Amino acid sequence: MSAVATDLQHAVEDAAAYLYVWALKDIPQDLRDALAEAQKRETSVPGQRVLSTIIKNVGIADDEKNLVCQDTGIAVYTCRVGEHFPLHPTRIYEALKHGTERATVEHPLRSNAVHTITRENTGPNTGYRLPIVHWEFIPDWDGLDVKCVPKGSGSENMSFLKMCVPADGVKGIKQFVLESIVGAGGKPCPPGIVGVGIGGSADYAMYLAKEAIARPIGTRNQDPIVAELEDELYGLLNETGIGPMGLGGDVTVLQCHIEHADTHMTLNPVAVNYQCWAARRASAHISADGDIDYDREA
Amino acid sequence: MATHEVTFPITDEREILKLRAGDEVTVQGHIIGIRDRTQIRIFDQGVEPPMDLRGAFLLHTAPNVRKVAEGKYEKLCIGTTTSARMVRFTEPLGAQYGVRGICGKGGFPDEAIEPMQKLGMVYFAIVGGAAALETTQIEEIEEVAWEELMPECLWKFRVKDFGPLTVGIDAHGGSLYHDVQAAAQEKLKELYARL
Repeated sequence: MSAVATDLQHAVEDAAAYLYVWALKDIPQDLRDALAEAQKRETSVPGQRVLSTIIKNVGIADDEKNLVCQDTGIAVYTCRVGEHFPLHPTRIYEALKHGTERATVEHPLRSNAVHTITRENTGPNTGYRLPIVHWEFIPDWDGLDVKCVPKGSGSENMSFLKMCVPADGVKGIKQFVLESIVGAGGKPCPPGIVGVGIGGSADYAMYLAKEAIARPIGTRNQDPIVAELEDELYGLLNETGIGPMGLGGDVTVLQCHIEHADTHMTLNPVAVNYQCWAARRASAHISADGDIDYDREA
Repeated sequence: MATHEVTFPITDEREILKLRAGDEVTVQGHIIGIRDRTQIRIFDQGVEPPMDLRGAFLLHTAPNVRKVAEGKYEKLCIGTTTSARMVRFTEPLGAQYGVRGICGKGGFPDEAIEPMQKLGMVYFAIVGGAAALETTQIEEIEEVAWEELMPECLWKFRVKDFGPLTVGIDAHGGSLYHDVQAAAQEKLKELYARL
């Protein structure tokens, strides 16, 4: 490997190590604003109790430089790789893995990674096919964007897939999202972000649902038809009364984000991936020279 | 919805019976950390827990800790996990070991209501994810057993002003989770009709 590539690999590793810890401690401003807004409109007594505890907790994490939530999750990264970025994705992956390990050992962080059958711990939040990376390749660009989304298990366990049929239409999609969130109750730590993936195939719908939860809160799908569905579902979900931590109330979700893909004429898949109220994420923009620009809000 | 302060382990059953679903509770004294693997060992593998659980308050947790000496750990970040996975241990915890309080996040399904009523137990809802705050309310990790299950060991914590907790399921058959879910199912019918 060239000296440039070696330096770049170190830069990506440094970024991953920093992002993982930073995301766990310092939640983005759009999330802080959404939680404050939720507290303003919540009218139930247990719901108010939950939201004021959440806001107090975020402040204590800031003051004590502690983790917002003890579940350090599984490290999920989304990478936007420019066509001309001078480090191959195989090396980017290696750097993300090493960075995750370094953060886990140096902080130290709880290591959650286990073999899926033996349940034996596999290492410092890494293992076979861990961390998980979503890739997007960008033409005519030489940069790299890395976003770290530590994903807690409480919310990840509340993931749902249904292969609706075309005759179910959009109504079938809406019903499935509603029944999923009502069925999940307090388990995924509401109020959080409901990520919905529609279209594509079974696996791709869930991939899109995960992309959806990683977006800044309240951003809208570029397709106006999908954006309209986001608005509608957001309103409907907050009418269910599930409330903060499932104890009843006005605020069940902070947002609903949808990502979509075109699909087969006989398919109508819908996937739901939940992100808890501690919707942690942190990003870095890395230039071809290895300069790192950290960005909490991307 | 009343506000209470309760010290654990409890010795007087009235401390549990005064609590009603929806009430706010702050806990003092000692609490026991426990999780999936800890309870699998006790009940599925039949290993006696090396701590007294009579009158105890159990917390569903797997803490982030730093080892400072043999058998001695310092807290880093202690939070609470989803309870529903462990609901089947409710009855034996009460019947065989005299546990009186179980605290976790997300609630227990309806199958916990009857044993909790029969055995005088309460489910306390904590705010999931609020670990930075929870950590400040845990004064010390006094004991740890079964370190080989790290971090799913049996932990004994001394707490101060632990909460605020919400009584999710009381010892009188009341469950906030049941009520919220029943109302939401009714609401869903109305929402579906509007789609």
